[in-house]
Amino acid sequence: MKPAAKAYSAGVKEYRHTYWEPHYDVKDTDLLACFKITPQPGVDREEAAAAVAAESSTGTWTTVWTDLLTDLDHYKGRAYRIEDVPGDDTCFYAFIAYPIDLFEEGSVVNVFTSLVGNVFGFKAIRALRLEDVRFPIAYVMTCGGPPNGIQVERDKMDKYGRPLLGCTIKPKLGLSAKNYGRAVYECLRGGLDFTKDDENVNSQPFMRWRDRFGFVAEAIRKAEAETGERKGHYLNVTAPTPEEMYKRAEFAKELGMPIIMHDFLTGGFCANTGLANWCRDNGMLLHIHRAMHAVIDRDRHHGIHFRVLTKALRLSGGDHLHTGTVVGKLEGDRQSTLGWIDLLRNRFIKEDRSRGIFFDQDWGAMPGAFAVASGGIHVWHMPALLAIFGDDAVFQFGGGTLGHPWGNAAGAAANRVALEACVEARNAGRQVEKEGKEILTAAARSSPELKVAMETWKEIKFEFDVVDKLDVAHA
Amino acid sequence: MTTMRDYHSRLSDPGSRKFGTFSYLPPMSAQGLRKQVEYLLAQGWSPAIEHTEPEHTTGSYWYMWKLPMFGETSAENVLAEAEACHKANPRDHVRLVGYDKLRQTQGAALVVHRGKAA
Repeated sequence: MKPAAKAYSAGVKEYRHTYWEPHYDVKDTDLLACFKITPQPGVDREEAAAAVAAESSTGTWTTVWTDLLTDLDHYKGRAYRIEDVPGDDTCFYAFIAYPIDLFEEGSVVNVFTSLVGNVFGFKAIRALRLEDVRFPIAYVMTCGGPPNGIQVERDKMDKYGRPLLGCTIKPKLGLSAKNYGRAVYECLRGGLDFTKDDENVNSQPFMRWRDRFGFVAEAIRKAEAETGERKGHYLNVTAPTPEEMYKRAEFAKELGMPIIMHDFLTGGFCANTGLANWCRDNGMLLHIHRAMHAVIDRDRHHGIHFRVLTKALRLSGGDHLHTGTVVGKLEGDRQSTLGWIDLLRNRFIKEDRSRGIFFDQDWGAMPGAFAVASGGIHVWHMPALLAIFGDDAVFQFGGGTLGHPWGNAAGAAANRVALEACVEARNAGRQVEKEGKEILTAAARSSPELKVAMETWKEIKFEFDVVDKLDVAHA
Repeated sequence: MTTMRDYHSRLSDPGSRKFGTFSYLPPMSAQGLRKQVEYLLAQGWSPAIEHTEPEHTTGSYWYMWKLPMFGETSAENVLAEAEACHKANPRDHVRLVGYDKLRQTQGAALVVHRGKAA
C-alpha cells in the first residue's frame, strides 16, 4: 500500500527537517557541491547546511501549498555531510547533493544561477564560499566543452614536445592599430607562437577592432613567411553585445586567423558558451581571459573558488585558460594551482585534499584546454614554469618580451632559446628547477639575446605571501 | 651592458626559417641527441622518421620514411634509421617524431639533420 499523502500545514519549519540527510546515499548522477559556510552566531551547523541546500534548490523560507503538488523528496538538494575546516573554527564544509533534474542540459548559466544565486545573500550565514563541484559525467556530456582541445590545437599550430610561448602586447591601451601590429610582428618573428590582445583591448577610439585585426593579420602572415612556423594572435572579440562579438569573430575568420579570444566572466557564461559553439563550427581556437576572477575567488570565506570557475569554463568552452603562474606577480599557491590545472587538462582527476580537490571528476570524452601562465614572468622563471606546468601550457611573457633592451624580436628569441634549453635538459633527465641557472647560462653562450635578458631581469622577484591559501591545520 | 644588436631574420634568407622545437638551439651533439631519443622511448612513444626539402617545411605532412618504428626500444636503431634517411636524402631536413597513441598526439618532434636550402 502506498503511504498516505502528507497534510498541508502552513508556517516556518526548521530547514533540517527537510534538507539535512546525513544517511543519504549519493547517486552517480547527482551534482555534488562543497560549500565553506561561516554561519551567523547561534545558527548550528546542520541548520546552516540545510538552509544552504534549501535555498540553492527547491526551498523558500516558508511552507507553501504547491510544495505538495510535486515530489520534493526527489527534486530537493540535500546536505549530506559536514566537516571541519582544518585550522579555522569560524567555518565548516557542507556537502550538498543535487538531483540532475534541477539543471538544464548544457547550461553552465543555469547551474550557477542555482548554486551561487540567492543563497549567497542569505541572512542566516555570514559568509559562503563554493569550494568545489562534482559534475556528474551524465551532465558533462550535455556540454560542448573546449571547441578544439589540446591535441587539435597542437596539430593545427604544428607545435609539439614543448609548451607554447606568448606575449601580451603593451602598453595595453593607447597604441594605434599600425603600431600595435608592429609590436606583434616583432614578437612573432623573434620566435613566439602567439601574441595576445590584453583583456581591455576591445574597440576603443584610438584603435578600432577592424583596423587592429587587419594590421595584426599582416604581421602574422609576414612572420610566418619569414620563420616558416605557424603563428597566431588572440584577437579579442569580447564586445558589448553578442551581435557585435560574432561580427568580430566572423571578420577574424575571414582574415584566415587561427585564434580569437574572450573574457568569460565579464562577457558572461551565456556569451562564452555561444562563442565556443561558434568556434567549434568554424574551426577557430578560443583563448580565454578571466578578468574579474579575483573579485569572486580571492576571499577565503566568501565567493567561488577558482577551481570551480575552471570547471565552469571547461564545460562552457575554451581552448586556453589563464591559471596563474605560481612564480610571477599574481596570486597563486603551488599545490592549489596544480589542482586546477589538472582539472583543466586531464581526463579524470581524483579527489586530493592536498591540492584542494574535494571530489573525483570524470570529464569523459570532453577535450582538455591549455593552461596559460602569464603575469610578471621572465626568462629566469622558465625552469620553474616548465617544472610546474609541463608541456601543455602557454607561457606568456609580456614585459619579459617587450622589455628586452634590444626590442621585442630579441626578447622573443631569448624566451624561445630559454624554453628549448629547459625542455632539452628536462628530457635529458636533468632537474630543471634545481639546475636552472646552469642550464640558462649554458644556453646563453650561443644566444646573445638570452644573455642580455638574463642580465636585465636578474634581480626581479615577487615574494609576497599568498592571500588565498589551501586550508591546512595550524602547525 | 652589451651594445644593441639588430635581430637578423629575413624573408630573403633561407637561414631564417625555423622548424619547431629545438630549432632555436645550436645543432645537438650526438650524445645530446641520443638522450632525446632515450627520453622519447622511455615515454612509451613510437619513433618515426620524416623528411622534407628545406623549401617545403610548412605543411602538416613531410615525407614519411618507411613506417613508424612500433615496438622499438633501442635508441641505437632509431638513430641508425634517421641516419639512413639522411644518407638517402642528403639535402633534406630529417625529423624524428614520437607518436603518443594514448594522447593521440606527437609527444616529440625534432629535426635531427638540418638540410641546406638551395
